[in-house]
Amino acid sequence: MGEKRQGCQMMAVRGNEAEGTERRHSALLTYCSNRGVLGISILLMLFLSKNIYDHMDDEQQKRRKEVLVGMCDQRARMLQDQFSVSVNHVHALAILVSTFHFYKNPSAIDQETFAEYTARTAFERPLLSGVAYAQRILNSEREEFERQHGWIIRTMDEEEPSPIRDEYAPVIFSQETVSYIESLDMMSGEEDRENILRARATGKAVLTSPFRLLNSHHLGVVLTFPVYNSKLPPNPTVQERIEATAGYLGGAFDVESLVENLLGQLSGNQGIAVIVYDVTNSSDRLIMYGHQSLESDMSLKHVSRLNFGDPFRRHEMICGYLQEAPTSWIALTTSFFVFVIGILVAYMIYSAAIHIVKVEDDFRKMQDLKSQAEAADIAKSQFLATVSHEIRTPMNGILGMLQLLLDTELSSAQKDYAQTAEACGEVLITLINEVLDRAKIEARRLELEAVPFDVRSILDDVLSLFSEKSRQKGVELAVFVSDEVPEVVVGDPGRFRQVITNLVGNSVKFTEQGHIFVQVLLAAQAKSVMDAKTEICMNGESECKVQSCIRQCNTLSGRQAADDRSSWVTDKHLDDESGDASSTVMNGDASTTVMNGDASHGVTLMVSVEDTGIGIPEQAQKRVFTPFMQADSSTSRNYGGTGIGLSISKCLVELMGGQMDFKSRPQIGSTFFFAVKFQSCENNLIVNLKKSLSDDLPNSFKGIKAVIVDGKPVRAAVTKYHLKRIGIQAQTVGSIAKAVAVFGKYGSLISRDEKPPDVLLVEKDLWIPGEEYDMMQLSSWRKNGHLYKLPKMVLLATNITVAECEKAKVAGFEDTVIMKPLRASMVAACLQQVLGIGKKRQHGKELLNRSIGKSGLLSGKKFLVVDDNVVNRRVAAGALKKFGAEVHCASSGQEALKLLQIPHEFSACFMDIQMPEMDGFQATTLIREMERRANAHVNRECTTEGEARKGEWHIPILAMTADVIHATLEKCLKIGMDGYVSKPFQEKSLYEAVAKFFEPKETINSS
Amino acid sequence: MEIGGEYLEILGSSILMTDYLEYSNALFREGLLDGQFIQLQMLRDDSNPDFVVEVVTLFFEDSQRILNELSKTLDEQNVDFKKIDANVHQLKGSSSSIGAQRVRNACIAFRSFCDAQDVESYGFCFFVLFPDQMCLRCLQQVKQEYLLVKNKLEALLRLEQQIVAAGGVVPTLNDVS
Repeated sequence: MGEKRQGCQMMAVRGNEAEGTERRHSALLTYCSNRGVLGISILLMLFLSKNIYDHMDDEQQKRRKEVLVGMCDQRARMLQDQFSVSVNHVHALAILVSTFHFYKNPSAIDQETFAEYTARTAFERPLLSGVAYAQRILNSEREEFERQHGWIIRTMDEEEPSPIRDEYAPVIFSQETVSYIESLDMMSGEEDRENILRARATGKAVLTSPFRLLNSHHLGVVLTFPVYNSKLPPNPTVQERIEATAGYLGGAFDVESLVENLLGQLSGNQGIAVIVYDVTNSSDRLIMYGHQSLESDMSLKHVSRLNFGDPFRRHEMICGYLQEAPTSWIALTTSFFVFVIGILVAYMIYSAAIHIVKVEDDFRKMQDLKSQAEAADIAKSQFLATVSHEIRTPMNGILGMLQLLLDTELSSAQKDYAQTAEACGEVLITLINEVLDRAKIEARRLELEAVPFDVRSILDDVLSLFSEKSRQKGVELAVFVSDEVPEVVVGDPGRFRQVITNLVGNSVKFTEQGHIFVQVLLAAQAKSVMDAKTEICMNGESECKVQSCIRQCNTLSGRQAADDRSSWVTDKHLDDESGDASSTVMNGDASTTVMNGDASHGVTLMVSVEDTGIGIPEQAQKRVFTPFMQADSSTSRNYGGTGIGLSISKCLVELMGGQMDFKSRPQIGSTFFFAVKFQSCENNLIVNLKKSLSDDLPNSFKGIKAVIVDGKPVRAAVTKYHLKRIGIQAQTVGSIAKAVAVFGKYGSLISRDEKPPDVLLVEKDLWIPGEEYDMMQLSSWRKNGHLYKLPKMVLLATNITVAECEKAKVAGFEDTVIMKPLRASMVAACLQQVLGIGKKRQHGKELLNRSIGKSGLLSGKKFLVVDDNVVNRRVAAGALKKFGAEVHCASSGQEALKLLQIPHEFSACFMDIQMPEMDGFQATTLIREMERRANAHVNRECTTEGEARKGEWHIPILAMTADVIHATLEKCLKIGMDGYVSKPFQEKSLYEAVAKFFEPKETINSS
Repeated sequence: MEIGGEYLEILGSSILMTDYLEYSNALFREGLLDGQFIQLQMLRDDSNPDFVVEVVTLFFEDSQRILNELSKTLDEQNVDFKKIDANVHQLKGSSSSIGAQRVRNACIAFRSFCDAQDVESYGFCFFVLFPDQMCLRCLQQVKQEYLLVKNKLEALLRLEQQIVAAGGVVPTLNDVS
């Protein structure tokens, strides 16, 4: 159990360590398990995923923008290129006109030629809706011009004859597509006029600001080229240019269709809105192409500069996506998934942390509860132990008082009440004792004694407790102790007795018929028997079955028992016909030491208690050893009891280093068996202790022979065992007829060496069936006055009726009937009575004692009696004086010390233990100390002399005590005393105690 | 006459002896005395014929002293239970030595209360409420028993002396218990 407790501590230590590390973790865990932290981490995730989304979105926007820029620039470039191609062509046309119209005279070009030529070269100018040539006409030349052409110059707006101006620019040649502008004065239109002026001043192609074209809803610009009639000097001035101007070539750019054409040529233009502005006047931008309303998504736009070759005008193109940037699904889903995953992870961590924290909390709670429960359990046991103890003291008072009350004069009713109260009190105190035991065991406060005791006498005691009850029930109760079990062992006799008493008590309680058989064996012996049994069983199953069939009947009472092992053991002993008890015991001792090789002083006893009671139901067998449990609730109603006994017994057996178990078969019986370890006694101590411990069995039966008539070997073995203990040799025969035969043998064989048996012990059930004839023969033999001394006849019976008794007397058993259960002391007493030897011998012994006393076994010896009680002192002195001793008295330990100063003449000292001031123990210790000093001194002096006379100061000190508790006695021996005498003095015991020290040989002989 | 007187004397002593036996048997039956008293008687022999008387007288003296002391101790304001215990222990020892069984039993009961007082942490017993009264009651009981046995023993010893005076031999008692 100690180991177990150590284990627990180890566990606890380990647990503490683990707790330490867990504490360290738990700060983080608690942090994680916080709900706010979960929220924060979710927000964090949200932020992160938003970032991811933004980043991805930005990337996309950038890409979009790049695409846009690329597309825009491309468009601008293409527009510019196409535009300049057209302009170049118009330039070429201008040169053509100047060449063929002006340099040739007459002109090589007329309207028709021009129209045809331009129509045929229209593919070169896809952007121009049409070209026309307007001639510069000064006012002076107007009339002639009008006459020459046959029409008058008209204004552009109302198409009416133009008012008079400085100069005019009537269209003379026009492409067919714009033939409607023939004869219109270009100078009449504001835009055109400005254009014309600028063109002839610069000599380059110039553009108008966009305006709505005639006959068309499209926006357009007009391109004007000056045509000079003579070659210009290099680097001409503006004036020179104006003077040299002959006419103007103009063309209308349909910007809208131009751009649309252009865009149509490019793929992927759907998503792009293009707006072309004229930004010459930066404050007032004019749209050349596109709609302001179309600027749906101008959040992202790109501006490209356009150069149409007119340095005066500036144009730019603005591109933008038609539709808003499409929602980026990838970015959205990616960030969403990141968010979801993040949340999940956070939640997982959170819930795991919460779980761990919860489990940890629970664990801590459980640990607290566990320690609380353990503490409560210990407290309970301690409380029980204390309270039981405290109850016991006043209960003793109550019982004592009741005893006193019963001794006074009481009326019968009062007496009845008092007796009832006393009986109840005794039951209560038994229960309290049991509870106390149990509590003590649980609180680990039970200590076992280690004193020498006689196993057999303890079993006899137990048997005597239950003999009355078993006899009433008619149950046969028997004890068998194997010869190999040593007579004296060292252990706790009280607890051993308690266990056996409990088991036998249970058996008696639950057995209505049959037998109860207590058997004590050496464990090794029991084991060898078991081995033998299994060996036989292995030889053949059928054989085994037959064997067990026979066994069933081979029990004490012939009834079947739950465990058939016990009968085996006895069988083995039956075969062993060794007669001499003492020699067997010696053998047993030897074999014990051999068998228990591991611990040379250990003896393991195997005790079994077999009954033929109601047995234990199988479902109840598991909780037999649980306290306060009986087989079922009806059991306690029928049989009473608390059910605590077995659990205590089991605990006690375990404390004694053994184990307890049982076999039980309902309605057949139970066998409880347990093994306990005892120390074997030192051989030299055995002789001394045997005297004081074993109850004084008379040993006066030496040489007496007996015949047991019993058909049942087990029962016969028990009888034989008891007879052996008192020194009677016994022989077993199976029936009366055989017994008669035995006697007949002695009758005929006149032998002087062989003594016929003195006693014939007959089992009742062997006689009753009616072997009347044999009986008659036997008794008649007796009556006839045979030559030889005939055996005394003794009947052994468990219960016997008066009628049977009478019958027995008639049949010849006038000597005696021995009632079972058998006990050695009882058998001895009965046989003493029958044989008439006991009294005589005892008387003789007494005489012997007296004679010794008179002759002065102790005469001349000086004794010291130390007792504080004057009466005790006087009585002890009187008793010792009777043996012829000289007695001195001392009333205290101090006085005794003074008297025992070395050298002194005392032969022995009787020491009371309980004395005021200095008790017997202290006094003894001091005396021994004194002696040791003296001895040492003497030895030192003697070393010089050759043969040292050893200092032998050792006065025998005998304790006088009313306390017969073994612990006290043990303490006496331990402290240096040599023996003890129980108070009040019995002459005999006093004598024996003293005689041991002075005439040990004679004591052994005389007893 | 002389012869008759002698005869009568012998007769008287035998009657006395019968009386003695009956009387002592009654004492055993009532449990006043036990086997220890027989042991005491067996210790008496020729060399020490007055042994029993001596011891019993010693017992009376000692017991009287102890009882007086007990009464005195119990009268005191603060009762010294240890002292009482020691005294009762003494009385128990002497009474068991001479076999005054009932005095001894009373002493044992008495002591169990003293034991109860002895335990320091005694928090349970109801006797603790009135220890003095309990002790007084016990003392009464002991005294009563003592006086009873004293009277009987004195009577018995007187009988013995008469027998001795009449020239008879005091018969040895048998243990009837």
